[in-house]
Amino acid sequence: MNPHTNLAVTEAPTAAGAPHAAAVRKLNVSFGSAHVLKDVTLAVPAGRVVGLVGESGSGKSTLGKTLVGINRPTSGEVLIGDKDFTTVHGKARQQMRREVQYIPQDPYSSLSPRRTTGQTLAEALDPRGADPVRHRDAIAAALERVKLDPSAADKYPHEFSGGQRQRIAIARALMLQPKLVIADEITSALDVSVQADIIRLLQGMRGTVDSAMLFISHNLAVVQEVCDDVVVMFQGRIVEQGTIDAVYRDPQHEYTRKLLASVPGSPEFTLD
Amino acid sequence: MTSRFTVREFWTSAMVTGAVLMIALILIAVIAPLTLKQAAEQLSPNAAQGPSAAHWLGTDDFGRDLLARALVATRLTLLMTAGAAAITVLAGVVIGLAIWLSGRCIREAALRVLETAVAYPSLIFALVIAAVLEPGVSSAVIAIGIAGIPGFARITANLASSVSSSEYVITARLLGVSPVRIAIRHMLPNMAEPLLILSATVFALSLVEISALSFIGLGVQSPNYDFGRLLNDSLGALYTQPVEAVGPSIMIALTGLSVMLIGDALAAHADHRAKRRFFPRVLQRNRTVPVPAGDAALVRVENLRISIPGRQELVKGVSFAIHPGEVVALVGESGSGKSLTAMAIAGLPSEDLAVEADVLRVADMNMLAEPNQSRLAKEISIVYQDPGTTFNPSLRMGSQLTEVLRTHLGMGGAKARKVITEALAAVNITEPAKRLRQHPYELSGGMRQRAMIAASIVTSPTLIVADEPTTALDVTVQAEVLRQFRRIHREQGTAMLFISHDLGVVEALCDTILVMKSGEIVERLTSGQLAARNVHHHYTKALLAAIPVLDLGRMPATAGADTR
Repeated sequence: MNPHTNLAVTEAPTAAGAPHAAAVRKLNVSFGSAHVLKDVTLAVPAGRVVGLVGESGSGKSTLGKTLVGINRPTSGEVLIGDKDFTTVHGKARQQMRREVQYIPQDPYSSLSPRRTTGQTLAEALDPRGADPVRHRDAIAAALERVKLDPSAADKYPHEFSGGQRQRIAIARALMLQPKLVIADEITSALDVSVQADIIRLLQGMRGTVDSAMLFISHNLAVVQEVCDDVVVMFQGRIVEQGTIDAVYRDPQHEYTRKLLASVPGSPEFTLD
Repeated sequence: MTSRFTVREFWTSAMVTGAVLMIALILIAVIAPLTLKQAAEQLSPNAAQGPSAAHWLGTDDFGRDLLARALVATRLTLLMTAGAAAITVLAGVVIGLAIWLSGRCIREAALRVLETAVAYPSLIFALVIAAVLEPGVSSAVIAIGIAGIPGFARITANLASSVSSSEYVITARLLGVSPVRIAIRHMLPNMAEPLLILSATVFALSLVEISALSFIGLGVQSPNYDFGRLLNDSLGALYTQPVEAVGPSIMIALTGLSVMLIGDALAAHADHRAKRRFFPRVLQRNRTVPVPAGDAALVRVENLRISIPGRQELVKGVSFAIHPGEVVALVGESGSGKSLTAMAIAGLPSEDLAVEADVLRVADMNMLAEPNQSRLAKEISIVYQDPGTTFNPSLRMGSQLTEVLRTHLGMGGAKARKVITEALAAVNITEPAKRLRQHPYELSGGMRQRAMIAASIVTSPTLIVADEPTTALDVTVQAEVLRQFRRIHREQGTAMLFISHDLGVVEALCDTILVMKSGEIVERLTSGQLAARNVHHHYTKALLAAIPVLDLGRMPATAGADTR
């Protein structure tokens, strides 16, 4: 590990540590012979938006999917609140699952084409009933939160643009007021002007939403706009973490410096 | 999607023909037994007659009218077929979904059992079942219905497994929705379309198999009769009165045809690509156009229009020029027409688009005609967006990268490999000679894209068309790829047309920036103007405002030395 690792804010969780929404401790994930996550320790503080950056294959998506329970860790702990996800089974696990919600990248495949927005959102509240009429007020409030008209509840996904669909996916993830929302490259598939809308939406929701967010992205400029803290992953390890200001102003790890210098428009970006 | 059905697209000629036939058959099935039962079943002295005005298809050995028998048999045949098809489809869907819902071990075992059952001919399976049961109407329906189940269950399980990996099903699972509800709410509605189409096929197959079963005597027994039974009856008189086989044969063919036409029309409707009508592009004859004296431009585009014929104009009169050695960017969001414009210039517009222009030339090649393939391959190189799909996964890198050199420049294999090896080294690919022996999957995305760029310059093209070449890459790799474009431009003076949605990327690389929106160029900028944010059109301003800018919170002067 890099000796300069910047642990300004998101200290590794300790028994008496600051309250975290979710955390992982000494997490290892392997797929066959591929060791994707190596001894990853990270805490997402309650209510904070933490950016997770790194290149493809760095393990950032795997970390997100392990936190929601799609991937099983080879070893280590996945803490949601103070309970270890990996030791819970059956009904309790189902219950815990609802504490962490996931927003996928592609708004075109994340909504069932045959279900109205109301049905989709009602299902998040109540997986058994999923009755949009009974939950009408909650659905209207959720749509309001992502700046959509309540009439959107009666429409099908194909009646919306990509940006509107992404808003619906965000509304669905927030429906249960989970401890943590994993946003997996949620602006990458969008046009820049639509991406700007989503960024404004996320900025506007600050303070009104209690859920913490792990914002996975390869776009460092977007991370700067949306997040409080940033975690840099490289080859399955966390190489640097801290507040946005601290890391962007004074990156300690060589890879972070290279990453920041590679962004077109960055003062250090040059093609020569 | 159901809600997108439009009347005109749905009622194709195949659909109309199939539906009319089916309605006629159903009417016959309802009416014929009521009105023709007498003629069909009453014994009469007019035995074994040939066709006549009174008996169009003649009579059988008992003097019964053969046409009437064929028409009356329609009801029983259709009912039996529908029954068998319903058994196959319902049980198949239930078993297919149940397999998907069960745990991994049971699922794998059940799928192997199904595969074994599918491999066994279903008609033989039906024969065994029919032979065990007492021959008759219901046992024929059950036998054919059961025999079809494995195939349909296998298809349902396949569909279910592909739908179950979709993100909305994964999200539903994360929300804690139970598997049974996921199957009913999310999977079944999204599988309904292909299942419906396949049901039409099942119906046609059941018809043939039920008829076959009755024909060999294991199906319907006298005095009942369906098409197959009538064929069986006609067998004895095949040499003396072959016309006896005509009625049931035609009825079987018509019923099958009707169902298959409906099924095909449904399938074509469900496949959105099949709906696009095909208009062959009208190509101009002259492969070259005279370049006016004083026109120094390498690429000249005047009033370029691209449209889906009869529907929608996608590019609406675009004009610009690229001078030798100039790097021009086309910038815009999805649907702006930037890629269409670039592909038209490269001579590779999609086949179903109409391309018109006053002038569309690269050097003196007329891109509205079919240019000389060899010249095209040498003078224009294309770098695509996705390095994952530009290479054929089954061929080694070497044979793909040297293809242009061997086919169009007439180089021998050894010489071409040497040239490519040097070009790969020039774009910083390590161990270039080894890479040529590898398959595409053994290289990273950035490496494949650099290899593509290396291959694009070995012919010393005058123009490189790059369509979002860095969009699929990580930022650090993107910077490296952009550096290669810059180096090539500097060393070889190649003109480039660079398509991108990212103003930051083009600002660093391009001399001229054309901003496109809804098929039109709304603003033309020099790199200096863009760098100074000296833009006028409101869309360009909105685009610039939309791009989040990295703020490192420090002066550029204090930038570290670590930029390489």
